[in-house]
Amino acid sequence: MKNTVGHPLKKYFRGEINYTTCSGCGNGIISQSILRAIDEIAIIFDQIAFVSGIGCSGWIPSPSFNTDVLHVTHGRSIAFATGLKLAAPQMKVIVCAGDGDTGAIGGNHFIHAARRNIDLTVVCVNNGIFGMTGGQVAPTTPYNSVTTTTPYGSIERPFDLSNLAIAAGATFVARWTTYHARSLKNSIKKAIEHKGFSFIEVISQCPVQYGKVIGMRNDPVSMLMHYKECAVNINKAKNMSADELKDKIIVGELVEKKNIPELTDEIKRLRREASRK
Amino acid sequence: MKNKKNIERKTDFIQGNIACAEGAIAAGCNFFAGYPITPASEIAHYMSRKMFEVEGTFIQTEDELAAIANIVGASWGGNKSMTATSGPGISLMLENIGLAVVTETPCVIVNVQRGGPSTGSPSVAFQGDMLQPKFGSHGEYQIIALAPSSPQEMFDFTVEAFNKAEKYRIPVFILADSLIGHMRERVDFPLDDEIILEERKKLKNYQGIHQKIFLDENVAPMPIFGEGLKANITGSTHKEDGFRNVSDPKIMDTAIKRLSNKILKHKEDIIAVEEKYLEDAEVAIFSYGLVYRAVLETVNIARNQGLKVGSFRPITIWPFPQEQVEELSKKVKTIIVCENNLGQIYPFVKAAANGNAKIIFLPPKILGALYKQEEILNKIKEVIS
Amino acid sequence: MKKVEIRLTGVGGQGVVLSSVILGRAASVYDKINAVQTETYGSDMRGGDVCTEVIIAEERIIYPIINNPDILVALSQKAYDDNFNDLKAEGIIITDSDLVNVSSLKKGIIYYHGSFNKIAIEELKKKAVANMAMLGFFQEKTKIVSLDALEKAIADLVPSKTLDLNLKALQIGVNIGK
Repeated sequence: MKNTVGHPLKKYFRGEINYTTCSGCGNGIISQSILRAIDEIAIIFDQIAFVSGIGCSGWIPSPSFNTDVLHVTHGRSIAFATGLKLAAPQMKVIVCAGDGDTGAIGGNHFIHAARRNIDLTVVCVNNGIFGMTGGQVAPTTPYNSVTTTTPYGSIERPFDLSNLAIAAGATFVARWTTYHARSLKNSIKKAIEHKGFSFIEVISQCPVQYGKVIGMRNDPVSMLMHYKECAVNINKAKNMSADELKDKIIVGELVEKKNIPELTDEIKRLRREASRK
Repeated sequence: MKNKKNIERKTDFIQGNIACAEGAIAAGCNFFAGYPITPASEIAHYMSRKMFEVEGTFIQTEDELAAIANIVGASWGGNKSMTATSGPGISLMLENIGLAVVTETPCVIVNVQRGGPSTGSPSVAFQGDMLQPKFGSHGEYQIIALAPSSPQEMFDFTVEAFNKAEKYRIPVFILADSLIGHMRERVDFPLDDEIILEERKKLKNYQGIHQKIFLDENVAPMPIFGEGLKANITGSTHKEDGFRNVSDPKIMDTAIKRLSNKILKHKEDIIAVEEKYLEDAEVAIFSYGLVYRAVLETVNIARNQGLKVGSFRPITIWPFPQEQVEELSKKVKTIIVCENNLGQIYPFVKAAANGNAKIIFLPPKILGALYKQEEILNKIKEVIS
Repeated sequence: MKKVEIRLTGVGGQGVVLSSVILGRAASVYDKINAVQTETYGSDMRGGDVCTEVIIAEERIIYPIINNPDILVALSQKAYDDNFNDLKAEGIIITDSDLVNVSSLKKGIIYYHGSFNKIAIEELKKKAVANMAMLGFFQEKTKIVSLDALEKAIADLVPSKTLDLNLKALQIGVNIGK
């Protein structure tokens, strides 16, 4: 009799699914990090809902995660998640978004969710490019990158999504790369358990589209090694000069604020006040 | 604490917008999301207080795109949800109105119409957005839209909008205008036990990954989030179980046809029209919303003068009452179409009449100003003589 | 009672809109007849011209707006100048004596006026209740709505701590209308 060992995360998958992500994509590492975090928290999967938009990141939960999954339009996942969380505050709601979702078309929803401190966890897959649509420049693409829509090199400066989240009032913010799978998982765990708006930026490889831009086409291993080399932990980065930090990726848990009123709690308070009148 | 029960018969003198909000609450609405806009803002003002009193939620969103997204999300969370805006807001919502249709999400969208296009004339009553619910979002779909003509109907039709939204798992529009929204008139509130509410058919137990939760022409049960039903929802083309398939035309064909048939097969239940003096009429006037009041007044005057004229008023604009208009066109010689725009519904009347009767479009003398009785009366006399 | 079409005009801050809502509410909720009230909006609502209309009738009101009013209440000169030509041949004009100079009235028009603003300031030390004096005067002159209904409608719509003052102003208006 053949011995088979089931994957420890298999129970979280809907099954009968053909994966559409390219080989070497960072989505696999991110999916596993999310599910491992959930597994370690030992929360019932049915109590977690996932919302995602259009773009490769949308396919992390949809349709594969075997719980409630709402796959919506490009950029609007945070807005749908806001409505869902307000209607079902007992649920943990996790948004899987891309850098286009978060930094481009859905930027407004992103900053307002952070401002409201609504208890959502946004895992943002930042691959620095529009992957699904064919390698166009993203608001996160580094300056002077050649992409399918910037043949002369990109002339706009990229967004720092984590800093944007912090400035907008997010109360838990962490950034890791797909190289830092274990740290990523730990931060996702904290984010899910955090009461308030939590934002996890994952710098993730797109070997097909972004690989081309940096001369590592279809070479995910080199991309991961590149992340390893570029990454500087926030604790170390604090003592480094701007020059020293040039081209580095600052990783770690950037912000953790407690005791800031959370939106669904505030709404419960308003209901109590309204019923007293 | 639940909303105070209406056990005493209550009458109020209120704006159409407030009547709409009251209708929503009577229908069990417990989630409102919206962005400020004239001439719909009174609905948000009212809901910002009332929603919390009924243990519900009010949120002023960052924009209208978020408002529609919020109410769809809330609907999947089990709430009865609604937004209210004007044409510019609908323009911003259109993409996700399509998503609401394709994900079969019950919700109510109120458009208190104003002058357009673009910023237009915010406080001028206009029927310029009549095609927008049906054709504004891309793709091929059916929708339900109701056109009230008074504060009382703002109440009644909003209750009805929630009922149809729940019954057919679809966004339902209220197409009012700024005059109806701001007009004050008596509203007689029904007692609680006089309000018949439809509740959505919900999936009760998880039935495996291929459970049928979409694309049933008789409406599939809806898996509410948080109940362990492992809902698999996508705005992309999908099968009955929610699994995406975006490349097979046969799957798209099934999806679009079933979604459409879900509404078209139930037109008899969905469509409501109001007919007056049509038994012996030679001429019928087709009108809806506020314009209907100018038409009905004029028809009364014309009848007093012995003119054989009647009124046909669709309450349901979408789906269009094609069969009813066809029927009408066989009874009368002429149908005069009155609407406060340059002829948006007119082509549909003409197509439905299919040559049976003469169809004339009579625009108001001044767009945005209610027809004067003479404008309509003169046309009736011209046609009859 | 046959249908009466009333246009109330003035400038922002005079409580013209509130007066029309009170009239409509008194008629429809308390006198149990029918009323429709509409407003003309402008982006310059405060300080600018205000025009509001109420139709009151025993029968159901179908056509909801007014082309030619039976009664014009004008509380500013501009409101009077802009609107008096619309009045029906046998119409009634009501103005504030101190704010509106009425000249060259057409034959058949009935003209009433009272010093609502002045009385509110002098007798009640509160300019804001001038509209209530006007409503009392209007009621006494026209009897379109009952005084009892007006009082109840006012009680619904003004802050409770100002109710007595408002009702006092209403009564003063009734008295000068006698």
